[in-house]
Amino acid sequence: MATTDAGHPTDAHGHSDSAHGHDGHGDHDHDHPSYLAHHFDTPEQQFDSGKLGMWLFLVTEILFFSGMFCAYAIFRAWRPEVFEGCSQFLNTKLGAINTGVLLFSSLTMAWAVRCAQLEQHKQCACLIATTLSCAMVFLGVKAIEYSHKWTMGLLPAGLYSYDPANPHPVGGPNYLAYICAPFAAATVGVLIWLIISYLRGAKFQFAVAKPLLVVCLSFFGGVGLGTILESGGDDSEHGSVHVAQHDDHQHGDHQHGGEQHGGEQHDGEHSAEHTPAHAEPAVATLPAAGAMVDDSNDLAVLKRLASDATNTGLQGELKALEAQDKMSGGAITYDDSDDSSATIAASKDNVLRPSRAGVFFSIYYCMTGVHAIHILAGIGVLIWLLVRTMRNDFNRNYFGPVDYIGLYWHLVDLIWIYLFPLMYLIR
Amino acid sequence: MSAGSLRSGYEVNDPGYPTPQENYLTNSKGVLSWMFTLDHKRIGLMYLIGVSVAFLVAGLLALGIRLHLLSPDGALFNTGFFKWLAPEKQPNDIYNQVFTLHGAIMVFLFIIPSVPAALGNFLVPVMLGAKDVAFPRLNLSSFYLWVAGAIFFVMALMASGLDTGWTFYTPYSTTTDSSVILATTGAFILGFSSIFTGLNFIVTINTMRPPGMTWFRMPLFLWATYSTSIIQVLATPVLGITLLLLIAERTMHIGIFDPEYNGDPVTFQHFFWFYSHPAVYIMILPAFGIISELISVHSHKRIFGYRFIAYSSIAIALLGFLVWGHHMFTSGMSPMTTIIFSALTFTVSVPSAIKVFNWLATMYKGSISLTTPMVYAISFIFLFTIGGLTGLHLGTLATDLHLHDTYFVVAHFHYVMVGGTLVAFLGGVFHWWPKMVGRMYNEIGGKISAALVFIGFNLTFLPQFVLGSRGMPRRYATYDPEFQALHIMSTYGALTLGIGLFIALGVLLYSLINGRKAPANPWGGATLEWACTSPPPYYNFDRPPVVGDPYEFGNIEWDAESDRYVKVEPKRKVVPSETPAEKPAHAGE
Repeated sequence: MATTDAGHPTDAHGHSDSAHGHDGHGDHDHDHPSYLAHHFDTPEQQFDSGKLGMWLFLVTEILFFSGMFCAYAIFRAWRPEVFEGCSQFLNTKLGAINTGVLLFSSLTMAWAVRCAQLEQHKQCACLIATTLSCAMVFLGVKAIEYSHKWTMGLLPAGLYSYDPANPHPVGGPNYLAYICAPFAAATVGVLIWLIISYLRGAKFQFAVAKPLLVVCLSFFGGVGLGTILESGGDDSEHGSVHVAQHDDHQHGDHQHGGEQHGGEQHDGEHSAEHTPAHAEPAVATLPAAGAMVDDSNDLAVLKRLASDATNTGLQGELKALEAQDKMSGGAITYDDSDDSSATIAASKDNVLRPSRAGVFFSIYYCMTGVHAIHILAGIGVLIWLLVRTMRNDFNRNYFGPVDYIGLYWHLVDLIWIYLFPLMYLIR
Repeated sequence: MSAGSLRSGYEVNDPGYPTPQENYLTNSKGVLSWMFTLDHKRIGLMYLIGVSVAFLVAGLLALGIRLHLLSPDGALFNTGFFKWLAPEKQPNDIYNQVFTLHGAIMVFLFIIPSVPAALGNFLVPVMLGAKDVAFPRLNLSSFYLWVAGAIFFVMALMASGLDTGWTFYTPYSTTTDSSVILATTGAFILGFSSIFTGLNFIVTINTMRPPGMTWFRMPLFLWATYSTSIIQVLATPVLGITLLLLIAERTMHIGIFDPEYNGDPVTFQHFFWFYSHPAVYIMILPAFGIISELISVHSHKRIFGYRFIAYSSIAIALLGFLVWGHHMFTSGMSPMTTIIFSALTFTVSVPSAIKVFNWLATMYKGSISLTTPMVYAISFIFLFTIGGLTGLHLGTLATDLHLHDTYFVVAHFHYVMVGGTLVAFLGGVFHWWPKMVGRMYNEIGGKISAALVFIGFNLTFLPQFVLGSRGMPRRYATYDPEFQALHIMSTYGALTLGIGLFIALGVLLYSLINGRKAPANPWGGATLEWACTSPPPYYNFDRPPVVGDPYEFGNIEWDAESDRYVKVEPKRKVVPSETPAEKPAHAGE
């Protein structure tokens, strides 16, 4: 990693603590301060190199994500209705909380850089620990979001097993426990380290372990927060589910089914904000389409979307669907035992939703998952930074690593700022 | 920083500049001192050994392909030996795996790191006048990432091979039983190795230039490396995410590339070529840099059109990002898109041609020494020109429909990659070998190797242009008997090429045992690497180098008495635009 090179704490060539090692006498054997790597001439050169290196690294990170943003754009352009519909499964409140948490962590990170420059070591350490805690809260909330969806079978295309008739199957594995296990282990480890360092009187280790314990516990704070908000806020899923079930019962009324009955399934306090979404049958039915429900609503959705003259792909599909609709006498049956309708069902299957809804979740898991990996990597380097800060490694002439990791953290934050509206707020 | 010590002229074999007893090869001993070295020269040398091994493996696989194609029904893999070696595999399956691994190893393990990582690591800081690259530890870690990637490729080879072609096209790569995941993981890791090398060089060139080393005093090899690094940093992450998505596709069926789950295989092709087309410029641009140095030094003449060559490298790097669609003219794109991609493809030929004309103009009226590196450089110009011009046939929509996926494509990119990059790489290795190891090699042996490589190469791939235009598809294990004569020619050419390469290896290795000690400046070069001893000391320069014009040969002359090039008083007045004295104590701008 670029940042580790700039720091060179144990340089064999360090002779003095002077910040002004370079005195311009033209000899390469001048005094190097301990933090200045041997191959640099001045601290400024070292800082500039590290900073440029970090910016370039961030460029590669953006391009790394750009592949997924591209995939998102392509598939959303092809299947806007799937994205609109599936987005309903995402809990906006949890996403918003996470956005806020990350924004706040960016603030504390920027503040920590300022403190490092001003040699306010204690504040700097506090702020880095706060940043770390925010990162853990983020992951805790994310754990709730992920485990909830996995339980419901809202998985990438190949594993997608969401059943609208039984959205919350019982007896499945407890994904939340699996996710929490490594964090719990880390918490216990830090706790043991804290106790041992206290008993042995290792002051520095004790001082480091204390904030780390708080950081570890923040994860469970995030889990708790997520649980509370999820239980009060996932009505959107039930809403769409019930709409789908309702459509099962009433074939004829699909155009308005979602509108009439979608709203009344909501939990009281949140119905107001979600009803508009359900007013459009497009949104209401699609997530459920993985199951064998009547898809005439899809037809309605397609009609609405295909009315956009530019959407030629959809117009083509609309024709195909209409033709199938006609062949099967207005209502498509999914009885595979009957040869003639099996053909229709098969072709229907090709244009139908299950794997498409899965593709949305594929992209969702890829993007948020890679982002979460970056958060984890950020946690790793921030812990390293915390230890170095508490060791008073940084001063007004040498604060590069804090600055570089700050830049990285802002990028991770920024990517989430894009992911949140693109995933959660598109309906 | 060296304002006090600035003098005019060069310190080439300055009598007052004693040869240090210690150099980078001898200043510390033991395996560990190499494994944990942060010295860019040692890392470069380790890369050189690594890529050479990869090249040997992939080259043997290529010979296997050629030997199999001796007969229309296949020859080599039908033999009893392969039945004994892999009884469960059909000869055609073996053929598929062999050409796939040949391509994948050559591209990811050899060509991409060959010039930038091996020669670039050794040369960039020395040419720049710096002590090391900006991030020495990152540099070492990128070498170990390369090693890790290579291990993954070996594991793929051992597990169940790879038969997708080096392009990993979906949907086949999502359904085949071969070890796609191991190979793509390897390529993913190698991508990061490449990114970190590129990142390191960009930062090094931006921030580590000593006083007096302005952008336009940099040797053209550094411009080429800089352009290459830009591509490595900008394109490789896209390959990374593409391969990651492909791995996810195979393990979880995410349905982005796999049509079975409503994915789109053409999206994979777009993603893949968005990296892999710029990647061919990662392969060829550093070769351009080498040739610029070789032609100028061995013609003892200032490079013609310095700024044009420098800017054309940048232009190729940027234009290279806009032409990936020409790999997919037959994959299903709108006619308008194909026309745009075709037109953009032609624009890339402009900066490439600028370089070729500038090299020829440099040689014109130069006093050319036909040394081994120069022979390689001249054959590069010849072969690359053929490779480049046949690229225009493939960039043209109408002819591409006929030539797509035929041997014509194979011949075209081998003319660019082997005739271009490999020949330039060999020329560069012969050129800088005395600097790397401090020994001179046998010139006659070197020239024989260059001649055999040239003859063997043309004998291998010229017939393939004919095969391709007559309709012989690539990647086929069997073919119609009418093609046999040309295939046999091609196979004999490959054997000749192999012999030439082994002679080159032998010449270089023999120099280690019995080579005469190399002077600091055996060729009369004016760039900074010739100002330090051969091999260079640990910090490259025992005192800060004096930066001058990298292509001013007026004050470097052959001294028959001491059998080396020495610095003399300039015969004609040199008026550089910016003398070092005007810009004292100013590191980097």
